Amino acid sequence: MTTPALEVRNLSKSFPVGRGLFRAGRLVRALMPTDLVVMPGETLGIVGESGCGKTTLARMLVGLLAPTTGTLEIGGKPLDTSDRRVSSQQIQYVFQDPISSLNPRKTIRQTMETPLRVLFGMDAAARAARIAEVFDAVSLRPEFLDRYPHEFSGGQAQRIGIARALLAKPDIIVLDEPVSALDVSVQAQVLNLLAALKEEFGLTYLFISHDLAVVEAVSDRIAVLYFGSVVEVGPAAAVFARPHHPYTRLLADSAPVVGRPLARRADGAGELPDPLDPPAGCAFARRCPKARERCRSDAPPLATMGDDRLAACHFPD
Amino acid sequence: MARYILFRLVSAIPVILGITVIVFLIMSLIPGDPAQAILGAYATPENVARINRDLGLDKPMVERYFIWLGNMLTGDFGRSFSLNRPVLDEILERFSATLVLASVSLLVCSLIGVAAGVVSAARQYGWADKTITFAVLIGISIPSFFLGMLMILLFAVKLRWLPVSGMFEIYGGRGPGDLLRHLVLPSVALAVVATGVVARLSRGAMLEVLRQDYIRTARAKGVGEGRVLWGHALRAAMVAILPILGLQAGFVLSGAVYIEVVFQWPGVGRMLVDAILKRDILLVQGAVTFVAGCYVLFNIVVDVAQAMIDPRIKA
Amino acid sequence: MPVFLKLVFRNRLAGAGAIIIAALVLTCLLVPVLPLADPDQTDTAHRFIRPFSEGRLLGTDHLGRDLLSRLLWGTRLSLAVGAVAALLAATFGTLIGVTAGYFGGRVDAVLMRGVDMLMAFPYILLALAIVAALGPGLLNALIAVAAVNVPFFARNIRGISAGLAAREFIDAARLAGEGHLRIILTELLPNVLPTIIVAVSTTIGWMVLETAGLSFLGLGSQPPQADLGSMLGEARPALITAPHTLVVPGLAIFVIVMSINLLGDGLRDALDPRLRSGALARPSPVTLIERAEVPAARAAPGFLDLDALDTRFRVGRRLYKAVNGVSLSIARGECLGLIGESGSGKSVTALSIMGLVASPPGVITGGAVRLEGEDVLALPYAALRSLRGRRVAYVFQDPLSTLHPLYRVGDQLTEAMRVHDRITDQEARARAIELLDTVQIPNPAERLSAYPHELSGGMRQRVGIAMALANDPDLIIADEPTTALDVTVQAQILALLDQLRRDRGLSILFITHDFGVVGQLCDRVAVMYAGRIVEEGPTAAVLAAPAHPYTRRLIDCVPELGGGKRALTAIPGLPPAVDSLPEGCAFAARCDRARDVCRTGTLDLAQTGGRAVRCLFPETTATEDRA
Repeated sequence: MTTPALEVRNLSKSFPVGRGLFRAGRLVRALMPTDLVVMPGETLGIVGESGCGKTTLARMLVGLLAPTTGTLEIGGKPLDTSDRRVSSQQIQYVFQDPISSLNPRKTIRQTMETPLRVLFGMDAAARAARIAEVFDAVSLRPEFLDRYPHEFSGGQAQRIGIARALLAKPDIIVLDEPVSALDVSVQAQVLNLLAALKEEFGLTYLFISHDLAVVEAVSDRIAVLYFGSVVEVGPAAAVFARPHHPYTRLLADSAPVVGRPLARRADGAGELPDPLDPPAGCAFARRCPKARERCRSDAPPLATMGDDRLAACHFPD
Repeated sequence: MARYILFRLVSAIPVILGITVIVFLIMSLIPGDPAQAILGAYATPENVARINRDLGLDKPMVERYFIWLGNMLTGDFGRSFSLNRPVLDEILERFSATLVLASVSLLVCSLIGVAAGVVSAARQYGWADKTITFAVLIGISIPSFFLGMLMILLFAVKLRWLPVSGMFEIYGGRGPGDLLRHLVLPSVALAVVATGVVARLSRGAMLEVLRQDYIRTARAKGVGEGRVLWGHALRAAMVAILPILGLQAGFVLSGAVYIEVVFQWPGVGRMLVDAILKRDILLVQGAVTFVAGCYVLFNIVVDVAQAMIDPRIKA
Repeated sequence: MPVFLKLVFRNRLAGAGAIIIAALVLTCLLVPVLPLADPDQTDTAHRFIRPFSEGRLLGTDHLGRDLLSRLLWGTRLSLAVGAVAALLAATFGTLIGVTAGYFGGRVDAVLMRGVDMLMAFPYILLALAIVAALGPGLLNALIAVAAVNVPFFARNIRGISAGLAAREFIDAARLAGEGHLRIILTELLPNVLPTIIVAVSTTIGWMVLETAGLSFLGLGSQPPQADLGSMLGEARPALITAPHTLVVPGLAIFVIVMSINLLGDGLRDALDPRLRSGALARPSPVTLIERAEVPAARAAPGFLDLDALDTRFRVGRRLYKAVNGVSLSIARGECLGLIGESGSGKSVTALSIMGLVASPPGVITGGAVRLEGEDVLALPYAALRSLRGRRVAYVFQDPLSTLHPLYRVGDQLTEAMRVHDRITDQEARARAIELLDTVQIPNPAERLSAYPHELSGGMRQRVGIAMALANDPDLIIADEPTTALDVTVQAQILALLDQLRRDRGLSILFITHDFGVVGQLCDRVAVMYAGRIVEEGPTAAVLAAPAHPYTRRLIDCVPELGGGKRALTAIPGLPPAVDSLPEGCAFAARCDRARDVCRTGTLDLAQTGGRAVRCLFPETTATEDRA
């Protein structure tokens, strides 16, 4: 069996809220203890609605947030994000808002040079060569290098963001809603670019999005997050086509699809539980048409569903 | 709401303590022998002995602070040597005069300033806006003490409409009418700068709010412009304007120092200047602590008003 | 830099301020070499000489000292002290503010509590206390004034820094291996710098005033040294007899402070990017309408007709053709979808209908909006206002920003009724409860007293819809009402709109960028590209067989759930900017069917049966359908 590209065990994050200078606040769980495995060359899609913890997960993977519990392994070795020289060659991050992720007062060249200089101490010639290489890979024109971020459209800026992630030749790239700020015609350009780069450089992707159709179109496997927990994992083609978890079903039914009549059902109408007052059992129980007594008291663990899929439900479909 | 008021009052305690610490630290900057410095020209041997006893000046600094704090809590702010009376008595008497002047000015600058700001924003780039903007610019650029003296020259000396200075006529004064006549020039001179600042920031706050989506929603509902402006927009803008008014209270109290000197107003500001020039440190120390404490309380009132218009604030 | 100077000087007052300041600074630098009398030389025999006397241009003061000389030396001193105090305050304030803003958390809490403590003093009290402790003198006054202004800088700069520190480019810098110091110096500070410059330039005037004030009180510069404040202080006793000794330094302070303020405002305007784009303009109650001619009414008017509507944005010298000859028609009870990418003009079209496009910069320059045949754009304001919300109601995109944050939900609902209807409190309340019930909000009576921030996004949008229904309108214009919502909530809201429409016979104009949503909700669809309608027709027909290449390729771009992993066909390039539209078809540059003829002249929206397309070489499947 091959070593996973990325293995996450028991990873969780809690944030203190309402803490003052001398007052200890309460903890809010943004991500419940989570296990995930991504194989080399695979694209794992992570899908969920706002507040499900997907961005928290992404930021922990690249070391922008310190995990509360859990371990991260890349290629079988523990990830040490305190040594960016090494970790930047293992895992990289592409931001959601392409313009905001570029310093408005730096030229693109300055932005691109920073990691090469700071992390790898490359000289000017080596830096220029490497930048030219990645710019070519994402098909950006070299003259863009001397411009400032505000001169770019969202799609171009996101190409620059992707180019920056490629600089350190990473194995894994975490893509945090990389196309949700873009219009659909540009979105397709960026998605196709990502697919081509993956092929060319043998990358492994973690693709995070709220858009089910986009995730399905790019992923090999998909993990569905609800209220800080993974509720279902499985092959992309199967998860939305034959959901095991009622939340996955609700998501799939809610996505607007041409020709499908609008649902008039009342179920699923509820909302996310209050993070300050999480329910005892399954977080989805209150919205779930199949919920029974047991769902309100015991939280279901993520369990194998017979095939190559996992779901966290006492009464799966 | 009661809970919020209580919360704000409780949270003012560390602030007031902080104020006493800062005042105490500043006063410990005084070079040389503290008793000598505090007494300055009044350093007779008896006075020095009394100061040493009252403030424990031979003791370490932390202990001295607590002695001073403890004394103040029992209402003992020490004794002014230049005036030869208890500091607190003098402060209370003088502060009431300042309060009259400052509150009238604050009222004037709040009403006129906010109204001017709203009109200015509503008529952006129109003649009313240009006039107000220009007047504001003059208002915030002119030193209040210079303006005060010019007003004395014009309205008191040349036109003889209003008295030159003081709070009451020396003979036969003391009525509210007399007070009012004496109040006009200094309160206007004091309010000018603050009005300018309030008008300018209110205009900015209104312009910011008028661009918001909920203003468009109000218009899309068919709400009339008067109500959009003075209701929807001003209410939202007040969230930004109220803290400015709180800040202006501080500016008005500060400006009062100059105005009291120019108009011979018997307030706490003029007293402070005299005390500094006579190096009556205990009087300075007491007055600064007292006025700052009052200012903190005033800002609690502003915060509560803020919480009343903005439901998002409740702690 | 020259661009920047041009921006400053475009504001004539700021330019004047800059020139005066430059002249003043130059004069002050030259003072030691100018042929001036000794400023401290007393001559009691010639006291209080009036200005413009021989050899004494500005007269003399109470000790017979030359006022011109004292004024120039005093100005030199006052300006220097003001500038130094401002720089000191800015340096320390920036240090504290940037540290607090960047690190946040506990560092921020401790530093800002300290700053709050200092701000708890009326500022002059603190200055007086410092002067009292250190003793009167100009240097001590400078220290005092600088010290009391540190908190203002710190707070201001902390706010900006905290905002910047939360931006993604700071995260990116951390990922690039930069340390804290490096991030602060190379990433944060360059972005804070404009704020610091503006703060310093607007504060120098204030500092000049403050130090002058302390000197005026006798606590700053000590005799015989002259600064502008002490000159005023010395003039006070002779206020009545020799007013010129007062007026000369007083006017000097006024002119200095005023020119600094003018320049400071100019700098602020030039450095604030929002002002540069004219975004701070106040939108007027109705969009500006400047129509040269009004197109003739249609032979068979629908319920709402847009005829050749033109809406432009005038920003500086640029003219953006946001809506370019748009004609649409909605029948009673019909749901029309208007679909397009951002910048296509779909929202501007929707807002133009009731004159809600912000102007400045928006102007309706042509066309007509006809409600049952009546030209809405020709109506006086009062008549238009009575249509808004009563016959044509809007539902906007982000319910958090479109509901008033400080009014209770119930008050916002009842207000919508009250502006058109005189009803009692009880009636209004009863109707409000009924409305909330209609949009399926649980416990409607309780929710009336909730504020928008207490509701979830989906609930807020239900309130938005209830508000639109308040006066039983004939048409609802829904401007991307579900774009800000999660997909499960979106499905609920769409189902609600669909049901309301069928129950009440509402017409809906539904603006969206999502073909899936249009396909589920709308009877007909119009596709917009670069300000124009490029295709229109029954939804099912358009989606099944798009006639315009743009529509076809846009549909192909969008992955649809259930399609599995696949490559998407992207459209290369970008839409043209609407301030420089190409001749001919706006899509030609990106179109694989375009020929030379597509890039010339103007193209009409060709009507065939129920469908229309603006293309010379439409997709064959669609043309075959029509044939």
